[in-house]
Amino acid sequence: MSRRLLVPGGAGWPAPLDDLDELHPSLRVASVWVEGELPELPGVAVVGARRATPVGREVARRIGAELGGRGVTVVSGFAEGIDAAAHRGCLAAGGRTLAVLGCGLAVPYPRAHQGLRTELSLRGALMTEYTAWDSPLRWHFPHRNRIIAALARAVIVVEAGVSSGALSTARWAADLGREVLAVPASILADGNAGSNRLLRDGARPYLDVSDLADLLPPLDAGPTPGDGREPSEPPRRRGGAAPGQGALGARLLDVIGAEAVPRELVAHALGLGARDLAVLVGEMELGGSVRTLPGGLVQRVHGPAGTR
Amino acid sequence: MVATAISCAVQGLAGVPVTVEVDVANGLPSFTIVGLTDRAIQEARERVRAAVRNAGFEFPARRVTVNLAPAEVPKEGSGFDLAIALALLRTEREMRLDDVACIGELALDGGVRGVAGVLPMARRLAASGVRRLIVPAENASEAALVEGISVVGVESLAVAAAHLEGRLHLEPVAAPPLGGGPVPGALDLATVRGQALAKRALEIAAAGRHNLLMLGPPGAGKTMLARAFAGLLPDLGPDDALEVAALYSLRGRLADRPPTSLRPPFRSPHHSVSRAGLIGGGAGIAQPGEVSLAHRGVLFLDEICEFPRSHLEALRQPLEERRVAVARVRATVVFPAEFVLIAAANPCPCGHLGELSGPVCRCPEDAITRYQSRLSGPMRDRIDMMVEVPRLGGEALLSGSVEEPTALVRGRVAAAQARQSERGAAIGVTANALLRGDQLLDVCRLDPGARDALTAAGERWQLSARAYHRVLRVGRTIADLAGEERVGRDAVIEAFQLRGQAP
Repeated sequence: MSRRLLVPGGAGWPAPLDDLDELHPSLRVASVWVEGELPELPGVAVVGARRATPVGREVARRIGAELGGRGVTVVSGFAEGIDAAAHRGCLAAGGRTLAVLGCGLAVPYPRAHQGLRTELSLRGALMTEYTAWDSPLRWHFPHRNRIIAALARAVIVVEAGVSSGALSTARWAADLGREVLAVPASILADGNAGSNRLLRDGARPYLDVSDLADLLPPLDAGPTPGDGREPSEPPRRRGGAAPGQGALGARLLDVIGAEAVPRELVAHALGLGARDLAVLVGEMELGGSVRTLPGGLVQRVHGPAGTR
Repeated sequence: MVATAISCAVQGLAGVPVTVEVDVANGLPSFTIVGLTDRAIQEARERVRAAVRNAGFEFPARRVTVNLAPAEVPKEGSGFDLAIALALLRTEREMRLDDVACIGELALDGGVRGVAGVLPMARRLAASGVRRLIVPAENASEAALVEGISVVGVESLAVAAAHLEGRLHLEPVAAPPLGGGPVPGALDLATVRGQALAKRALEIAAAGRHNLLMLGPPGAGKTMLARAFAGLLPDLGPDDALEVAALYSLRGRLADRPPTSLRPPFRSPHHSVSRAGLIGGGAGIAQPGEVSLAHRGVLFLDEICEFPRSHLEALRQPLEERRVAVARVRATVVFPAEFVLIAAANPCPCGHLGELSGPVCRCPEDAITRYQSRLSGPMRDRIDMMVEVPRLGGEALLSGSVEEPTALVRGRVAAAQARQSERGAAIGVTANALLRGDQLLDVCRLDPGARDALTAAGERWQLSARAYHRVLRVGRTIADLAGEERVGRDAVIEAFQLRGQAP
């Protein structure tokens, strides 16, 4: 695997990193190691909790796919949870993605991500300011976050707690004058307070890729071939009623809405018994318009990337 | 001078009639017992000597030799005391002992104490032609359940001797009526609010005797559902009930479950149970474990992922063969173990997977995979159904929906089971869970819509042959519950919903 050292002013040096020098000389990035082919920068950063919920991971995967599908580079931190889901979503949609590490390129961290790492070095890139065998030390990560923020036009925060690394990335982004977006999360679930507070403090809510329209000049190029659907199409038409399930199927999709919903609530809303609901959900799952998630949840399937 | 008496040993659930031979000869006074005995039987010498004397008889000051025949059968426990003492007394007295068997432990004062395993012994003795049985008074009612043998309960050696000499008439104990009495700890299904899907799964599991895994966070009601499940199974037939009571008798656990009960047993061992306690075993001759105490009933394993892996692997034999063989140095014994396995587990290490408010799950994906894979593939293959049991919010708990009582569901279960045994009589399979892969397509008689659904699902989820079989078995039961001859599309689709994330 070819690894290259890039220096300011040298060939391939990502110019957005110079913004850090301007912000304060102590933040200057002296050099970075890169593995793989560096995608077009700046991109859009997607960051969030390592200990993400399944819903959070799904959200990150979708954002990654939406961005990757229209040629926007997804920048993230290669951590478990949100970061990995964003990288994966982008790769699955055929996009380019960059992982900024908090350790040297020779260190296999996190251990669980070696498959993703191989894919990244082939179809994306990895970058770090640490030398090959530098360990993933605790204080590397907040420091590394300034690079993620610098390499992004906008930072999207998904599921962050109040004292999380994702919030530090958001703060760097604000200092560098990058746009900060946050995905609204349930106020009932513990551990989402960080990203929700960002919204209260004036971050832009991220609902779909059109929220980035003013930041991404090439957006009007339209969807890339193979993505297969309009970005701004309302969700109602996307899933479509399952063939043969008729009115009941349509009502089920109405009840489910965008997020995963417990079966018990669906049964209650439709007035169905356990047996009828199982048959209805089963038929629609077979038809590909909904899927069941762990925990007895039913979720609507969006687009081709949503199938398992 | 030789005299004999009949007693009984147990090997597994089978009794072995034992002839107790006593020889009293001239020579230096001594008392020897031979015949592949264990320590408790050797100690019988002291008990018998004291009991005979304290019951008002004289212990011969001569050479006493006792042989327990057949000598190659290993024998255990204190149940031979009474037979040894009576055979000894018979060397000097006139007693009618020829078609009488005696079981019981002696106290030093000549009293007779109860022993474990009297019920299986009585069954074996009755089968081998013994017509009268003398047992400790506290074991009399269990022994009286056996037909074809008249049972007398005694409280002391003196009474037993007087009875056999014809000096004292004792009335045979009447067989207690079967049935009656609710199972302790049983719960009516209607007391569990909501959880319609889980209840439906329990009904199907009961009807087809399918093993079921419930996944859900702590406090969702998995244990309540499992306890209610036992009530869904129909009453046992008298033969089955006797077999179950015999297993409890062997463990000396009849206090847990009255021997007259017709209700299927419900066992819920904690995950700290020993392997021998779960599967069977123990020192000496093996004792039945929890899997056998759950015979014809329900084995509930709460927090199944917390059980040691070796225990779960050991469960494979009873799950596949419906019996356990326990090997010991002296003998290998086989216990029946035909139970419905109801397992419960947290969906992930933190237990909150699938919850939408409060503490939500933030376990890494691979940690969830690792946790769920603690249940090995072969175990999962034996579990036909998986259902999620989410924790319910307040509104679902309080909503005024009418919950079905156990009795109503049990009626449907019984009807579905009747349909299965009628159909299965030809192929010797009485429950859908026991259908083999090669029998399934014949028995299921899929209609065209069901066939299409199976094909489509196979393509969509890339099902293994085993997963197909699980779906077909459950689908057959769903059709049986609906009273349908053929398995339709809806039944197959619902079975898919209940298959869980099969590997």
